[in-house]
Amino acid sequence: MNKEKLIATRESYGKAITELCSKYEDLVVLDADLAAATKTGVFKAKYPERFFDCGIAEANMIGVAAGLASTGKIPVASSFAMFAAGRAFEQVRNSVGYPKLNVKICATHAGLSVGEDGATHQCNEDIALMRTIPGMTVICPCDDLETKYAVKAALDTKGPFYIRLSRLASAQINEEGYQFKLGKGVTVREGKDITIIATGLMVERALDAAEELSKENIDARVINIHTIKPIDEEIIIKAAKETKGIVVAEEHSKIGGLTSAVCDVLCKNCPTRVESVSVNDEFGMSGPAKQVLDFYGLNSENIIAKAKEILK
Amino acid sequence: MKEFNPEYLKKVANDIRKGAVTAVYKAKSGHPGGSLSISDVLAYLYFCEMNVNPNNPKDPDRDRFVLSKGHTAPALYATLALKGYFGTDELLKLRQLNAMLQGHPDMKHIPGVDMTTGSLGQGISAACGMALSAKISNKNYNVYAVLGDGEIQEGQVWEAFMFANHYKLSNLCAFIDNNNLQIDGPVDEVMSPYPIDEKLKAFGFNVIVIDAHSLEEIKNAVEAFKAEKDRPTAIIMKSVKGKGVSFMENNVSWHGAAPNEEQYNIAMADLEKIAKELEA
Repeated sequence: MNKEKLIATRESYGKAITELCSKYEDLVVLDADLAAATKTGVFKAKYPERFFDCGIAEANMIGVAAGLASTGKIPVASSFAMFAAGRAFEQVRNSVGYPKLNVKICATHAGLSVGEDGATHQCNEDIALMRTIPGMTVICPCDDLETKYAVKAALDTKGPFYIRLSRLASAQINEEGYQFKLGKGVTVREGKDITIIATGLMVERALDAAEELSKENIDARVINIHTIKPIDEEIIIKAAKETKGIVVAEEHSKIGGLTSAVCDVLCKNCPTRVESVSVNDEFGMSGPAKQVLDFYGLNSENIIAKAKEILK
Repeated sequence: MKEFNPEYLKKVANDIRKGAVTAVYKAKSGHPGGSLSISDVLAYLYFCEMNVNPNNPKDPDRDRFVLSKGHTAPALYATLALKGYFGTDELLKLRQLNAMLQGHPDMKHIPGVDMTTGSLGQGISAACGMALSAKISNKNYNVYAVLGDGEIQEGQVWEAFMFANHYKLSNLCAFIDNNNLQIDGPVDEVMSPYPIDEKLKAFGFNVIVIDAHSLEEIKNAVEAFKAEKDRPTAIIMKSVKGKGVSFMENNVSWHGAAPNEEQYNIAMADLEKIAKELEA
């Protein structure tokens, strides 16, 4: 893990679509007046003829993306998670999901780490919403490299995608040469006592927790689940069988996100104790991102505490 | 475009009405009122105007049609069946379990359906996306959408209209089926969208108001749309909900109800009578 190089996945996303554009002649990018924040502005600066601002009208943006996709274009539509997955949920379901159109929704500013903007903009529900839509692939990359591969995989794979991105800069988990496989979890640290399953910027905190636990002779495995749907059942079941319990860490509501997805897999295949470091059934609040994450317990200290609770 | 033959198109429209009413009767559910009000424009578009081929329903250069008021699918399905996209026997299985014809248009499974619709307000956005795609790919196809006058109460419709004007989608033609009735009553009593023409003019549209049941007026309006090179066109069609079936005309209770056997027989007798008049 490289903590010197901090990059927000929204930055990686803006760079990725811009770099990939020349290889995908049907690629077009849509935004809803947030290009500067979602980083589609990077793309717009280089390919203005393939960028279409829809104004502050997310419902229409998703519908326009559906229409574009029906003619063979590959539309990438961006806004904040709150508006792309929240406000436009029904448009995503009925105009994109149901007809299985080739639309890529890349939503930034997901989770509490939006920080100062507060609860109205901190979307802790998007994974839950998007994963209930049949046929929707849901990805939450953890770093720069993974975001690039996730965007490329989305462009290469027909069908609706939801990619969840962060505003907050985070550490680099993967190194050059990393092999991204859609739908496959990644064991980023081996361990035999307990397993921490994390996604997005919680992978960094999971690795920090594992390092601390090792000082107390607790050997924690860390699994990065970038593809939340379809989820890698095998890696989760294997971890449940080989270690004494699971801590799920996600910057999302406890309800319906990775915690729920992991429990769905385990209660059928290998009933296991699962603890969750995630947002309780409550709204967030304003504050600097890291302070907000700490306030709601989305940190390595809490992961350590939950791991010890299981091992007690 | 084929030669304009209004007498022939009137017969086609009448056949669409028969097909739609029969499908709803057999299904014991569906939306006959608004299907009957749009049958003439469907006949004109599919049998005179649009560049479409039932043997090549996915032709990338074809004209597109989006039924934004998706609940009136029975009329679209009857049109597509008459055009030869699928057998008319499918109409008799509308809304049945495992049948092809879903309650609302489904582009994944129904040949000739260009966009999945049914949740009001969404089709027009997709139509904008199709029109934008043609503009940026230098394709010459046109995109036709039909919206309900109740449907335009949805805010998304006005987001889409703003978009159509902003990107100068002159290849987009939005028909507003102005039959003045929605489920809860007359549109101006439920939530008035009026004045529709002035609103659309303010949104930058080329606005044309016509009689929805005059093939000549439909033709002239579409000609005016094709001549317009700078702005999107809206054709407000003054229509009669339930047109052609005596007891359904202007009666809101036929928005989403199926006729019983006795009512069905009367409806078909009404439409047969029209057919005979057209023959004569």
